[in-house]
Amino acid sequence: MLYIKCPYCGIRAQTEFAYGGDATVKRPELNKEITDKEWDEFVYLRKSLRGKHLEFWHHISGCRQWFKVQRDTATHEIFKTLKPHEEL
Amino acid sequence: MSQNFRLEKEGLINRSKKISFKFNGKSYFGYEGDTLASALIANGVHLVGRSFKYHRPRGFFGAGVDDPYALVQLIRNNESIPNVKATEQELFEGLEAKSVNCWPNVNFDIGGINNFLRIFLPAGFYYKTFMWPKSFWYKIYEPFIRKAAGFGVVSHEPDKERYEHKYEYCDLLITGSGPSGLASAYSAAKNGAKVILAEDKPRFGGSLLTSDVNIGNESGKEWADKIITELKSMPNVVVKNRAQVFGYYDHNMLVMSERLTEHLPKSDKFTPKQKLWYIRAKEVVISSGSIERPLVFGNNDTPGVLLSSAAKEYMKVYGVLVGKKPIIFTNNDSAYETAIEFKKNGVDPIVLDSRKELSSDLIKEAKSLGINIKFEYVVVNANGYRKVKSADIAKISDDKTTLGKIENIVCDCICVSGFWTPTIHLASQSGGKTKFNEEIDAFIPSKSKQNETTVGSANGIFNLQDSLNTSFEAGYNLSKKITNEDNKLSVPTVVEKKNSKHDKFWCVPLPKGKKYKRFLDFQNDVAVSDIEIAIKEGYRSIEHVKRYTTLGMATDQGKTSNLNGLQLVSNIENKLVPEVGHTTFRPPYTPVSIGAIVGREVGKHSKPTRKSPMHSWHEKNNAVFVDAGLWLRPRFYKRGNETLFDASKREAENVRKNVGVCDVTTLGKIDVKGPDAAEFLNRVYTNAWLKLPVGKARYGVMLREDGIVMDDGTTTRVSENHYHMTTTTAQAANVLSHLEYYLQIVWPELNVNVVSTTEQWAGAAIAGPKSRELLQKLFPDTDCSNEGLPFMGFIETKLFGVYARIFRISFSGELAYEVNVESDYGNFMWEKIIEIGNEFKIQPYGTEALSTLRIEMGHVAGSELDGRTTPFDTSLDGLLSKKKDFIGKRSMQKEAFISSKREKIVGVVPLDKKTSIPEGSYIVKDANTKLPNPKLGHVSASCWSVEYNNPFSLAIIKDGKNMIGQKLFALSPLKNKSIPVEIVSSHYVDPKGERVRS
Ligand SMILES: [Zn+2]
Repeated sequence: MLYIKCPYCGIRAQTEFAYGGDATVKRPELNKEITDKEWDEFVYLRKSLRGKHLEFWHHISGCRQWFKVQRDTATHEIFKTLKPHEEL
Repeated sequence: MSQNFRLEKEGLINRSKKISFKFNGKSYFGYEGDTLASALIANGVHLVGRSFKYHRPRGFFGAGVDDPYALVQLIRNNESIPNVKATEQELFEGLEAKSVNCWPNVNFDIGGINNFLRIFLPAGFYYKTFMWPKSFWYKIYEPFIRKAAGFGVVSHEPDKERYEHKYEYCDLLITGSGPSGLASAYSAAKNGAKVILAEDKPRFGGSLLTSDVNIGNESGKEWADKIITELKSMPNVVVKNRAQVFGYYDHNMLVMSERLTEHLPKSDKFTPKQKLWYIRAKEVVISSGSIERPLVFGNNDTPGVLLSSAAKEYMKVYGVLVGKKPIIFTNNDSAYETAIEFKKNGVDPIVLDSRKELSSDLIKEAKSLGINIKFEYVVVNANGYRKVKSADIAKISDDKTTLGKIENIVCDCICVSGFWTPTIHLASQSGGKTKFNEEIDAFIPSKSKQNETTVGSANGIFNLQDSLNTSFEAGYNLSKKITNEDNKLSVPTVVEKKNSKHDKFWCVPLPKGKKYKRFLDFQNDVAVSDIEIAIKEGYRSIEHVKRYTTLGMATDQGKTSNLNGLQLVSNIENKLVPEVGHTTFRPPYTPVSIGAIVGREVGKHSKPTRKSPMHSWHEKNNAVFVDAGLWLRPRFYKRGNETLFDASKREAENVRKNVGVCDVTTLGKIDVKGPDAAEFLNRVYTNAWLKLPVGKARYGVMLREDGIVMDDGTTTRVSENHYHMTTTTAQAANVLSHLEYYLQIVWPELNVNVVSTTEQWAGAAIAGPKSRELLQKLFPDTDCSNEGLPFMGFIETKLFGVYARIFRISFSGELAYEVNVESDYGNFMWEKIIEIGNEFKIQPYGTEALSTLRIEMGHVAGSELDGRTTPFDTSLDGLLSKKKDFIGKRSMQKEAFISSKREKIVGVVPLDKKTSIPEGSYIVKDANTKLPNPKLGHVSASCWSVEYNNPFSLAIIKDGKNMIGQKLFALSPLKNKSIPVEIVSSHYVDPKGERVRS
């Protein structure tokens, strides 16, 4: 079970969190004309990395904040956690 | 029966307490402190079971977790427990056990015939043979194998025992209470660290219980007792026996199973049988010790062949002789301790040492005691079927390839020692690397990944003084990092015997013309020849060899077999062991009962139960409840002998005719507040929200980005910057997370806050043509007219002085209102509605009637919004704004979504107007065509239409719009039904929606 540092609450057990997917994906701006390909990439296409992965987690049984986690998908090592608009 | 193999006084058992027990129906006696294994051996019982594949007789091979044989079916407190290890099960009064894996019984076993057919049962036999012909598998092979070969029998009764989970944090977790574990724990605890020390056996001390050493001026055991007593008295230390740390998981989380009452005849009311500890440790010290390796020779699986260390443990801990004519067969010094122990207890052993004559403290002592030692001698074969009767022995050449003349000597046990294998399971599970140590011919932990340190013989250190030195140091260094204290203890001086070097020899060659089975894996019956076949057949990777031969895959996880298997592969392939590598160690180290994993989360406790504030009223009024997610909701209110069908029909009819009231507290409710709330809703919902006035509600649909409908519900503008959103019961939690995601990550510039208010409000839906009259009586000071409170209107008012919100919204399609009060007043509101509603013939209605009403109105719900349907499919496309962008809008242009072939919601009526259509039925054109019959779609929801008094269903079918009026079939292969149906509009009742506006 992972031990995750919520940037707002501190270190908590994984059971308090929900995984929220790739944190490098940016939603296209509203009302912007985009191609089918761009939309499909946003909705469906995700890299399945081995190694460092920046991802969202949601502290659902805690402060209910979304935040970023940089985690190794092979070893589960967590290098860093960040607020949603902080950059690595 | 008398205990013929019990020594006069040796051992740690309590001889003043005699314990009676039964094995395979026969009565025996043992003493308090015995294991089932030691008590059986004391009574001369060595045959306990049959092996998995060949059904060969099985005895005891070890004295603890390392034993691969002695699995029994245990009866304790009228419960039958499979696969209990006799070497671990402590004896209690009235214990009953039976052999497993034997049919019809342990002495005559029909599967034993496999033993004589073994020439036909080589590696991969099961793969090769039982695959063909396929039909034989189900009818002949599988039932036969199950009956003749399976392990223990699982009880079909519910487990009456209680299991607990516990979460714990500590600075240092120490796994094993041998000398190195005690030293690390003591040194860390004295330096202020919070320590948990776990020991899987009932007694603390590990090897100190059986070895002849002194620490300081005490015996090893006295020192261990003293340290444990002091550790137990320290407030910063938790000491647990009967506790196995079986798994090392991510981020220094370890799991331990503690057996609290299995050593007792039954659990008392307040003590769980097992406790599963989830321990998050800052540092872990692995002091799991080492397990003796077997030596491999012909028929080395015969009962009576066992590890030399186990023989010593049976003598020193339990006062039991494993035999009275022992052969000790060794490649190292440690087995001499066993020989000396035999001699001290009046039994003359013969030692066969594979090495050239050499000298050491132990060998000298053995010689001085007059023990017969034969150097350069090996056991070639064990004779005897149910128990060893004699051994064929021979001199072996220097290069260990040639045997001399075979001699036969009578014996009743063969104690083997092939040196020691460090128990590196936990270290390897932690993700750490391992390395092969040439000195000891075994793997030891190498580079750590997590915060773990391996000490003592688990780290390949077999000298006690070195072990204590490094363990005291580890405990001090690790604790200092955490506590910043600097209290360093001095290490006591050890008096121990120096060992000479062991022999790398481990497998006795076959004599000319003999084809003895030489076993590596005793539980899965994997012999040397099986590995040879696997390699001949081209299996190279050790992982493949393992799976093909099943080496190390039994419940003992290869504790005694893995390393010899690797040795063999490396010999055949002419490689070094480290080049072959080892298979992956995975948790659990020892089997864990499912009960312990589940803990208290059983039955009703497997999830929380949510009840509305009106729950007790429903109970008192004969509600029959249904699970709705975590909620319990009234499904119907039973009157007399009514069935579900009768009651829900009555309730729904009363709504259409008079007025009904339904508990809608479970609907998800979310407060959306802030100056940008309207803009936010406009992005989240598919329809327009910017112009919704204060005091008005609106129905909205929200999509996922991929265009699939996520949820629907009404949202009301309570005040300028405050909206009250409702969601379906099922999606409430997901919708909140979804909103938070967009607010926190995608559009942080929006000044909006969301919070769940589901539990703050109790809700009652009042529906039916008489609902307005009732409402006016409930709220005499409020204008409840169609003008005062129009369709989709909202007002805040008082219900007999209690703050209340009234929403004029309808799910039933009737004139209807929803009243909300704060949860604490829910029951008050409900009782007032019933009391005043009596004159309008009010009846409460449950979820079944609620479904009937919504289905015949064609309102979509969870069965249509099933995570696969778009707004077009569910006829919600009228709510898609063309002017503004919203979540999921871009997906509406996807080719697949605009295809005319998509499925669309329709109504379905059986032609006979009588036969109900099972939910899940397929809609097809032709009921009698050849299979596969092309499916047009499926029936999503069915009801008995109270409006038309005939069955009515909703279905989602291809090209649904153009199907209206067609005669098709609803097929339910599960219910064996084929029903001719007509497709109609999904809006079966009041298609123009006049009633809700009336
Ligand atoms: Zn948090």
